[in-house]
Amino acid sequence: MSTQNINWYKYAAPANFYPLAGKMVPWFTGVTIILFIVGLYLAFVVAPTDFQQGEAYRIIFIHVPAAWMGMFLYVLMAIYAGIGWAFNARLASMMATAISTTGAIFTFISLVTGSLWGRPAWGVYWVWDARMTSTLILMFLYVGFISLQSSIDDPRRADRAGAVLALVGLINIPIIYFSVQWWNSLHQGATIRIASKPTMAPTMLAAMLVLLGACWVYSIAVVLVRVRCIIREREREAPWLAEAIV
Amino acid sequence: MFSWLVRRDLILAWRRRADVLATLFFFVIVVSLFPLGIGPEPQLLRAIAPGIVWVAALLASMLSLGRIFGNDYQDGTLEQILLTPQPIFLLVLAKMLAHWLVSELPLVIVAPLLGVQFGLSQNTLSTITVSLLLGTPILSLVGSLGAALTLGLRAANVLIALLVLPLCIPALIFGAGAVDASVNGTGSQPWLLLLAATLIVSLVFSPWATSAALRISVE
Repeated sequence: MSTQNINWYKYAAPANFYPLAGKMVPWFTGVTIILFIVGLYLAFVVAPTDFQQGEAYRIIFIHVPAAWMGMFLYVLMAIYAGIGWAFNARLASMMATAISTTGAIFTFISLVTGSLWGRPAWGVYWVWDARMTSTLILMFLYVGFISLQSSIDDPRRADRAGAVLALVGLINIPIIYFSVQWWNSLHQGATIRIASKPTMAPTMLAAMLVLLGACWVYSIAVVLVRVRCIIREREREAPWLAEAIV
Repeated sequence: MFSWLVRRDLILAWRRRADVLATLFFFVIVVSLFPLGIGPEPQLLRAIAPGIVWVAALLASMLSLGRIFGNDYQDGTLEQILLTPQPIFLLVLAKMLAHWLVSELPLVIVAPLLGVQFGLSQNTLSTITVSLLLGTPILSLVGSLGAALTLGLRAANVLIALLVLPLCIPALIFGAGAVDASVNGTGSQPWLLLLAATLIVSLVFSPWATSAALRISVE
């Protein structure tokens, strides 16, 4: 069977996606647990102690994946919201809503771990430098998106209004990403680059990448669970749902 | 149509002068609260004046945002306006211009007087005026997007502030930075140029996004 015979639009219908998501959730949950165990073992047992920062640097293994996920999930949320708005696809809008909460949680974790790391590394919990301020704005954008959607009763209007807001807020992402290059700040620059060799020990890098993978798979699992809840809420009148649940 | 809409909004605002004046006095009172709360030390006041004037202007303009489309939405005028064959882009721009003239321009005029309270120099006062002249249109542009998104919702006023304030942060940083640079004598021109660039970007995107948001909210 060639890939061209697969009907890609089939799973754009909530009725078909709901059981599929239900089947995928246990797999992603399992992979998440394995990756977290491996990643945390690498991070806390295998990776060497940093000769400048001591043990405190190990926060990086939570901080960096969380910060990345906060940014990636915002972009993903904006793309889904935009697709849902442009093509009037219900499921894409539901995905955007499901992603927003997870993205906000990751952004919050990155802010909290960042300030906990800042205390031993810089001597202060918080500095008003460009990257931290723009991450804080990202957090506000998530909060704005979630509160806008939850205060609109009509779900289709909530989807579209959220899409406009998410797309406008997208302007903040490149600012966060390049802030350490554009402004000289206390926050250290990127240590992992695709073009050149990373400036960190290979085991540290491995631990961080495994944990990043864990965060990705975790996000997928949680978003699928959440989108199933949203489908059940919104399609409660649909006859297929009664059959699917029984 | 453009000038008709601006003139109509100005006449309506003139008939409801009290609303406009209330916003203006809110601005004056908020700015005056700070010396009372912090203490009358001239050195300190001069240092924090730029931020205070800018933050107060930001908060004061939040109060008037609900009125941009709110009244027209309630009495059905907005629907009629959206039904006209003119491009919505232009009509939205006219509403924004009217809002700026009614609600933001008075703040710009009063701000230098408040600066005198903080013991700012002549030079800095003119920088405040220029930075607010460049910056307040951004507040109108971004603010009307928030107003369009929250049209007719419960607790719309709080929600507008929640949506608009984070998006206005660049304007706040550049605007207050310009005044701050003038206080310290380091030259405010680069800040003002950045502020003007922000204005141009929001002038390009905001009317377009706002008309999309209006169509979503009114349908």
